[in-house]
Amino acid sequence: MSYQGIASLFPKKEISGFVVLAVLLILVLPLTLDIFRLNLIGKYLTYAFVAIGLVLCWGYGGILSLGQGVFFGLGGYLMAMFLKLEASDPITTKIQSTPGIPDFMDWNQITELPFFWKPFYSLPFTIAAIIILPSIIAYIVGAAMFKRRVGGVYFAIITQAVAAILTILIIGQQGYTGGVNGMTDLRTLLGWDIRTDHAKYILYYFCVFMLFMCLFAAQFVRKSKFGRLLVAMRDKEDRVRFSGYDVSNFKIFVFCLGAVFASIGGAMFTLQVGFMSPTLVGIVPSIEMVIFCAVGGRMSIIGAVYGALLVNWAKSSLSESFPELWLFALGGLFIGVVMAFPNGIAGLYSTYAAPKIDQWIANLKSPKKNLIESKKADETEKPFAKSANKTETTIPSLTQGVLHE
Amino acid sequence: MSNNTDFLLAVEGLTVSFDGFKAVNDLTFYVDENEIRVIIGPNGAGKTTVLDLICGRTKATEGSIKFRNKELTKMKEHDIVKSGVGRKFQTPSIYGDLTVFENLEISFPRGRSVFGALAFKRDAEVINKVYEIADMIFLTEFLDKQAELLSHGQKQWLEIGMLLIQDPELLMLDEPVAGMSVGERQQTAELLRRITKDRSVIVIEHDMQFVAKIADRVTVLHQGKILAEGSIDKVKADPNVIEVYLGH
Amino acid sequence: MFAEYSTSDLLSIFAMQGVAGLILFSVFVLMALGLAIIFGQMGVINMAHGEFMILGAYVTYLTSHVFSTYLPSLFSFYFILAMILAFIAAGALGALVEWAIIRHLYNRPLDTLLATWGLSLILQQTYRSIFGAREVGVTLPDWLMGSVHLSETIELPINGLFVMLLALGISTAVGILMYRSRWGIQVRAVVQNRPMAGAVGINTAKVDRITFALGCGIAGVAGSAFTMIGSTGPTSGQLYIVDTFLVVVFGGATSLLGTIASAFSISQAQSTMEFFMSGSMAKVLTLLFVVLILMLRPQGLFTLKVRR
Repeated sequence: MSYQGIASLFPKKEISGFVVLAVLLILVLPLTLDIFRLNLIGKYLTYAFVAIGLVLCWGYGGILSLGQGVFFGLGGYLMAMFLKLEASDPITTKIQSTPGIPDFMDWNQITELPFFWKPFYSLPFTIAAIIILPSIIAYIVGAAMFKRRVGGVYFAIITQAVAAILTILIIGQQGYTGGVNGMTDLRTLLGWDIRTDHAKYILYYFCVFMLFMCLFAAQFVRKSKFGRLLVAMRDKEDRVRFSGYDVSNFKIFVFCLGAVFASIGGAMFTLQVGFMSPTLVGIVPSIEMVIFCAVGGRMSIIGAVYGALLVNWAKSSLSESFPELWLFALGGLFIGVVMAFPNGIAGLYSTYAAPKIDQWIANLKSPKKNLIESKKADETEKPFAKSANKTETTIPSLTQGVLHE
Repeated sequence: MSNNTDFLLAVEGLTVSFDGFKAVNDLTFYVDENEIRVIIGPNGAGKTTVLDLICGRTKATEGSIKFRNKELTKMKEHDIVKSGVGRKFQTPSIYGDLTVFENLEISFPRGRSVFGALAFKRDAEVINKVYEIADMIFLTEFLDKQAELLSHGQKQWLEIGMLLIQDPELLMLDEPVAGMSVGERQQTAELLRRITKDRSVIVIEHDMQFVAKIADRVTVLHQGKILAEGSIDKVKADPNVIEVYLGH
Repeated sequence: MFAEYSTSDLLSIFAMQGVAGLILFSVFVLMALGLAIIFGQMGVINMAHGEFMILGAYVTYLTSHVFSTYLPSLFSFYFILAMILAFIAAGALGALVEWAIIRHLYNRPLDTLLATWGLSLILQQTYRSIFGAREVGVTLPDWLMGSVHLSETIELPINGLFVMLLALGISTAVGILMYRSRWGIQVRAVVQNRPMAGAVGINTAKVDRITFALGCGIAGVAGSAFTMIGSTGPTSGQLYIVDTFLVVVFGGATSLLGTIASAFSISQAQSTMEFFMSGSMAKVLTLLFVVLILMLRPQGLFTLKVRR
């Protein structure tokens, strides 16, 4: 990509957000936290993958999926299948009545590895499946719904039903899935022990790397015409349609993209946490993933990461000390974020904190020169003053874009 | 159903029924190249429904709509647009969260597929075209402005501009001057005269003075059927039209 | 598959499963009616609907306690009073919720969904704090116990019969209310054109509040009826919310008759399949079936074609 391409992908205003997040995740947290806590952060970050996808689907596209747990679970289970097979070699499992198959199969009187498990001996196949299978399912659900112009609450309910179906199926078919306990006791990846502290560091960094890959992909979508089209569709779907666009294809694509993000997140979860269970798939976790996105700010991909970190951090610290308070807090969060802070942390930041920080940085650089500049900035921003806390997308300045390209 | 014709648009035997209620009933009319056709009629006559049918928003129960001898009734909305039919809605339909520039840019006919939109570049061609159209619709100074903040009349112009940038062969406008001030009306009439030069236009309008200014031919609809058709003077003199629409 | 059963066996199996299905159907109808009013008529997704139901169940539980402790002589009739109280409690809470939350979110259906989900979490935890995490059950009065023998192999549990009658009665009442009363006309007017309804002098805010409260009140009665066939825990409501929504959406959202028809088909499908396979697979197949049909026919079973 050319320099100009990168410049238009990351306008000055937004690049600082990426940099701060990178510094926080790559340096600050690993240096200040012990590996147990860092591993927890890594686990929270896996939810951020889902939240980023939801920003694109819901914040930009207006499509609220209450079934993202399905894709998170798919990614997690596919990864777990590979790890489980590796952990179930004939020597380790020689006490079973059928050695060489996963323990839960043995407990359920299954004597032969089911055919759909066999390809998961291969890591490349597993990785491909983690990307492709959620895309296919998202495509089928999305195509069926969006081609028929179903959206809004109907889509939300159907996706929720899909989450319910998958959970019941996983729990019911315990011989093939590990049932309600899920797939546990995962040990090695291609012979490399994933349970050691050293491995956890590496997996954490790998997770951060993948997260940034997804963030960049999301940023690319946001900044392309596709991103503006999503906003346009959310606003006036018919107008987009009668400007010659097949609206459903755009919705299907963004839903598939969100599904793939969630699936990658799920796979990262399995790798870092060492198990996968149906409690991460169903209705309740799926809707909680929406709150990560809402708390972060439904229009902000960076906010989604902070949202996932914050809510999960609050969840573990509150439910450790005051378990009964946590549900009240979470319930209050749902209501509050909808009624009082519809743009979440990102909205609060850009309304209250950002102007002050800008001012502070400006003063820090050189007081005199920047006094004039900040005045200028005030002027150029005036037309957007009303919209600033509404959406981020309305901010890009035309003249800048024109000069760049 | 019918043979090929020289008309740009040939609507024949068009019927749509909603649970037995025929909003448009066995309608037949033709639009020539470069013709400005105005459709008038009382509320509920089926005017907007006719536009909905042509652009594919509503599916016809019976009949055919041929655009350059291509049947439109079975086509999808975006394909109808791509074949050269543009449509403006009754209430200004613009993207409030985007700037005027972005509104026009989205309507620019390139990169309309998913991957086309991802790869779309704001190059000189796009920028020049946007400036050209913005100039036509009196919005050059407002290109950077969020569209939500425009006045009602400016929003109407913006939507017309969004159609112009597509350069359609058939332009359909649903009450383009509704809710405009006298001054804006004047400007819009001028704008319409300019933009209708090289294309056919179907306009729905109530303002008879405005109609008289722009129409080549007028079609009067009543209860889903054609009550009268012809020049504005002929239509105005028609006793049936006076009875149901114009009043005595 | 059927070889090991005789014809009469099969007949009574189907009859028994049919009866089980009818009871499930009645519960679905009771749950879905309130939801259909709120979602179908107001377009509001109330994710806390299940918790309103559970409120009714807990009210019934409390009433039964009060009666057995203080008025044992009248215990046979506590159920009637319990249902009325359940209706009032759930309805009042509904009115409060409408005032505090819902009315601010009328044109944001997805946000309503999230806010009411938050409400459901708060209610769940409240129940847990008050009544404990364990499920509670009520003692049925004698006249609701036992069963009617229709033949040697077919019997009807009386409590099930009562639930069926209740479902029938409440559906009829709601039907009359919606389609025959002045209030029903007002509700439908508000649904079709809010500004116009307001302009002709209908107090739309009041209609909204009453509609929402009524829907919640019916949920309360449903919860009350629910105690007769199952026990109640803080999270019982959540278990049914997806099923109930599917019933309403499958029925076509705006049609009460559609809601009843879809409750019937879903419950019958599930209870019949339950005989041939595990309960979970029956449920998976039923849900899958409903979801697939909704994908092919998103408008549900009963809808009107309207001019846009």
